[in-house]
Amino acid sequence: MKIIVTSEGKDLESNVDQRFGRARYFILIDTDSMEYSVIENEGAQQSSGAGVRASQIVINSGAKYVLTGNCGPTSFDVLKSGGVEVIVGVSGKVREAVEKFKRGELKPGKGPNVSSHHGL
Amino acid sequence: MIISVASGKGGTGKTTVSTSLALSLEGEVQLIDCDVEEPNSYIFIKSENLKEISGTVLVPEIDKKRCTYCGVCQQVCEYNALVVLKDNVIVLPELCHNCGGCALLCPQGAISEVDREIGIIKTGKYKNVELIYGVLNIGEAQAVPLIKKVKKYINRKKDVIIDAPPGTAHPVIETVRDSDYTILVTEPTPFGLNDLKLAVGVMRDLDKKFGVVINKADLGDREVYRYCNEEGIEILMEIPFDREIAEGYSKGLPLIEQNPAYIKQFRDMYKTIKKLVYPSSERMVK
Repeated sequence: MKIIVTSEGKDLESNVDQRFGRARYFILIDTDSMEYSVIENEGAQQSSGAGVRASQIVINSGAKYVLTGNCGPTSFDVLKSGGVEVIVGVSGKVREAVEKFKRGELKPGKGPNVSSHHGL
Repeated sequence: MIISVASGKGGTGKTTVSTSLALSLEGEVQLIDCDVEEPNSYIFIKSENLKEISGTVLVPEIDKKRCTYCGVCQQVCEYNALVVLKDNVIVLPELCHNCGGCALLCPQGAISEVDREIGIIKTGKYKNVELIYGVLNIGEAQAVPLIKKVKKYINRKKDVIIDAPPGTAHPVIETVRDSDYTILVTEPTPFGLNDLKLAVGVMRDLDKKFGVVINKADLGDREVYRYCNEEGIEILMEIPFDREIAEGYSKGLPLIEQNPAYIKQFRDMYKTIKKLVYPSSERMVK
């Protein structure tokens, strides 16, 4: 299965970026093979709608889950509509987050965990 | 002639100046309150039987029968107001800046533009003043589209006084951009001076004629005066720090109704401004 983790850097040893919409990178990982690719978040510098742009990138990537620190209401709703489950409150290294996810320790949130414009 | 009344700092007396200036003038005057997030001129310009008109902007609506979910609209949108899914398009109207680009460029012609109400425009009359103001709906993020709608009511054949929003951001720029003159109301305090400097910067960037009214003039220090002198900025009028004025304001009484002696001062200020706007000839029509 493909999942996305928001990341401060371009590899699995980077820290999970705590912001969703303005995350530096999205790491798209195949949880079976642990192969991954890096997507630069071109929307990170948008003056408005960064979370929406980020959600579109995640949806287009085909990921079924996104692991991140915080996610606001608009992104959460858009991701849900696009069939992507959101797991918030994730921190530490990207690799550790993926391992936890594979062990079933991370569960999707029922709603956004921060308000709009939290990551500005 | 269009005169805007602005300030950097809020609470310096924009409404005191704009309402009393409008009421002081002879003949028909328009008072346009562009502070659509918190209009208050109507408290002093007590118009009965206000007319209400819906203030709307155009936002995209997707015809799902025609849409092929190709994603062009999403790529075109500079404001991320559209999300294209496999079998749905999500429109986020609060992010839309109403440019119409998506409707124009949709290859299927699947996007039409529909009205979305963002606020109400109210109009009324009190004495010589035709009052026009906008009230932005609660939760709306953008004031500028409603300010533009309110400004459509400007009648250049009349004298027009505009009560601007506070600050120096986009709503203020939109408000003053086609004014002939802008009065910056300040107070002689460090906060007043700091925000006056920001407002002066905006005026100079916009290449606008402007002058200063100092309210609560015997409060604070002399730094605002020194700044205006150094910069060659005209001080048009001073209003003292006076408990009676504050009490009148709290009851919704315009300054010139509370103390008609101010009528002459406001008329003199108007004459000064007119000379500054039309320096070559006083015979020119307004």
